[in-house]
Amino acid sequence: MKKKRLLDARSRVELTLSAIEGGKGRMRKLTDMGLIPGEKIRKLESSQSGPVILLVKGAKIAIGRGMADKIIVEEKIIKKTITIALVGNPNSGKTSIFNNLTGTRQHVGNYPGVTVEKKEGLARYGDYTIRVIDLPGTYSLTAYSLDEVVARNFILEAKPDLIVDVVDSTNLERNLYFATQLMELEVPLVFAFNMSDIAKAAGQHINEEAFSRLVGIKITQTVGIKNKGTTQLLKSIVETYQQKEQAKKISINYGKEIEDELSKLLNCLKAREPLIKQYPLRWFAIKLLEDDKDIIDFVKTEAGTEEILKQSALSRGHIMSIFADDPETIIADRRYGFINGMLHEVVTHTAESHLKASDMIDRVVVNRIAGIPIFLGVMWLMFKCIFILSEKPMEWIERAQAAMGAFVSGFLPEGSFIQGLIVDGIIGGVGSVLVFVPIIFMLFFCMSILEDSGYMARIAFIVDKFMHKIGLHGRSFIPMLLGFGCNVPAIMATRVIESKKDRLTTILINPFMSCGAKLPIYTLLIGVFFSKHASGNVLFSLYLLGFVTAVIMAKMLRKFIFTGESAPFVMELPPYRLPTLRGLFTHMWERGWLYIKKAGTVILLGCILIWTLSALPIHAQGDLSKSYIARIGKFIEPVIKPLGFDWKIGTALIAGVVAKEIVVGTLGVLYGAGEDKNEHSLNLRNALREDKYPDGRKVFSPLIAYALMVFVLLYIPCLSAAAVIRKESGSWGWMFFSISYSTLLAWIAAFIVYQGGRLLGF
Amino acid sequence: MDTVALMIPGDKAKVVKLSGKVNLRKKLLDMGIVSGAVIEMIRHAPLGDPIQIKIKGYHLSLRKTEASHILIKSLR
Ligand SMILES: Nc1nc2c(ncn2[C@@H]2O[C@H](COP(=O)(O)OP(=O)(O)OP(=O)(O)O)[C@@H](O)[C@H]2O)c(=O)[nH]1
Ligand SMILES: [Mg+2]
Repeated sequence: MKKKRLLDARSRVELTLSAIEGGKGRMRKLTDMGLIPGEKIRKLESSQSGPVILLVKGAKIAIGRGMADKIIVEEKIIKKTITIALVGNPNSGKTSIFNNLTGTRQHVGNYPGVTVEKKEGLARYGDYTIRVIDLPGTYSLTAYSLDEVVARNFILEAKPDLIVDVVDSTNLERNLYFATQLMELEVPLVFAFNMSDIAKAAGQHINEEAFSRLVGIKITQTVGIKNKGTTQLLKSIVETYQQKEQAKKISINYGKEIEDELSKLLNCLKAREPLIKQYPLRWFAIKLLEDDKDIIDFVKTEAGTEEILKQSALSRGHIMSIFADDPETIIADRRYGFINGMLHEVVTHTAESHLKASDMIDRVVVNRIAGIPIFLGVMWLMFKCIFILSEKPMEWIERAQAAMGAFVSGFLPEGSFIQGLIVDGIIGGVGSVLVFVPIIFMLFFCMSILEDSGYMARIAFIVDKFMHKIGLHGRSFIPMLLGFGCNVPAIMATRVIESKKDRLTTILINPFMSCGAKLPIYTLLIGVFFSKHASGNVLFSLYLLGFVTAVIMAKMLRKFIFTGESAPFVMELPPYRLPTLRGLFTHMWERGWLYIKKAGTVILLGCILIWTLSALPIHAQGDLSKSYIARIGKFIEPVIKPLGFDWKIGTALIAGVVAKEIVVGTLGVLYGAGEDKNEHSLNLRNALREDKYPDGRKVFSPLIAYALMVFVLLYIPCLSAAAVIRKESGSWGWMFFSISYSTLLAWIAAFIVYQGGRLLGF
Repeated sequence: MDTVALMIPGDKAKVVKLSGKVNLRKKLLDMGIVSGAVIEMIRHAPLGDPIQIKIKGYHLSLRKTEASHILIKSLR
């Protein structure tokens, strides 16, 4: 509310009379005309001269300008910020539209359920600021999986001003099924008919205008990937918002029998209206009839609702006896009937069935005979590509880092603490992390290809039988695969898994999927201790070992902790799409940037801390074995001795708890600091190869290097992963469980490798 | 009665009724498997399970155990 003189106030907006300045005479004169403080009035004309015309209680009156100057009014500020939510079936293009509306880049992927948490951004249209919320896709408002619950709760509880239903135009029937449920929620609604490019190409024509009239909802055709229809969509949003009071209410007629029961329920509900005033009544009645678990539970927790529960049981029984089928089935039938009726009137096809290309690809890719070889081939090719293509860039970064170190060294006092800190601690530590940026970017790039093309869903399809055997779900495979990139998004991706047991199992085995951060350690050790042509195989064996461990652990968890049957596997297989280069690079950059940020902050701090611990106390300068860090490493040495590790390795492993990348950084610092400072010996690779115990035995051997990689593969999830495990499992207990059992497992596995290898004579 | 689990690739059938647990039934309804809908069996996964079907113009995969709860009338 803003106080103003009536003369200066804006016209045509609602004003509240607040005070009149001046004597009693003027007051009386105005009150006689109905101008009493508190009265709502409107100014009609705003000419530069002449009387001011007012609308008071429906009547026009004119007052002089002098008088108008003495009247103080409050101007109501119109709310110009709207909150809208983007909802719709999975994979319909919500995130693409969100990006178009807000200009930010979120992850899009051609795999149902990529968005697992709500995201926010701002859009502008005219005077309006529009807060846009991108929600996870959902097939209906009956919530099964966590991401569906996120969407449903947001719509029901946060009550956005308006909902934009992003509809996949190539799949109108099923997409509109969700829309019918939104319509029942009685929230202002706008349709974005997305993927209209594909629909048009397939010869589908939609008579938008007729459609819009039938349902009383504005429709905009959009193309998410080409940013088409965005302005039009914004216009519809604002217009619908402005006239929300006039919005025509359309409700589906469920047929006499069901409507009769609905009105009985409505009568019951009306008696208890305050209880459910947050929900639209008719929607609530339908949900009761459908026996929606959440709604029934909600009713049960309230007192004095026996009547409602009794009536809904009665109504359900009645419908059951008439149709010999349960109400939810009949209701779903009627909704589809309503949709079919509509589509019949407004949609015409000029060509027969589409997606021929997609069918052809499927015929090869998920072929009974070729399907599995192709799948394994794709996986193998992916890792091979990552390794080969990132080789050169890694060399460049290494060289740049060395040059940088040499350059900076020149400005600092030779052999001083500060020179050591900057050159070995900071440049050396961060450099050894940055070296692996190319490989991690490549990994994310390949992952995006799988996701955007639609192959990811086929992977779930192909492996489901196997996953089911180990007590998991085809969908668990994707989080596991993402785990190769980073466990943090991977663990979050488990939200698409419907059953809680499947989800927890998948979360707990996820850290065994060797994440991108472990790759630097492997590449370093493999590069030093294994021949070039063996390197690919060694790397593959580690990934395989991680996977096998995950499988065994999943089986055990399912057998001993999360007993019971697993959730149904009913999953959409989206049509194949050619990934856009821009899309791929955006994903790669987004995910890769997170890694760099981590390297820039946590890892930098970690490296500095580790270097400082290795340089202190001052009186031990030069003798690394007397530094603080050596004391820590030596303290745990007895525990890791049976694995063939010395205190330096122990120290690096401890540091790696913060983030796995730090293991390499720490080794870099430890060895860098322990060497003479002439050109080539600074090289970490040589240092590792040549490092010896006091008795002349070499610290490292290929066997020890392998045991170390196995240990790193399996031990303790990094800090961020542990934090996500806590958040996603909802308990500290599972986090500590995860940390302790994986570390124990790592120790056992490394022990077997080292001792077993020695027995075999390696 | 026949179920979707028994269909062979290329078969077409009309959905008659759904059986099984409430959760599964609701999920199937949401995915468009309502009585009268036409299902086309596309293929089995390479390992024999799950199966890929076409319904309402899109592709869906489900396990045989779930498919056996969709009762159908063959359209041949
Ligand atoms: N041809 C075409 N492709 C589109 C269009 N809009 C989106 N896509 C593609 O469709 C896929 C899914 O897009 P997303 O924006 O991730 O879909 P979403 O609805 O956010 O998906 P979830 O978050 O998983 O529910 C991506 O591969 C997009 O590039 C469109 O209008 N035309
Ligand atoms: Mg999305």
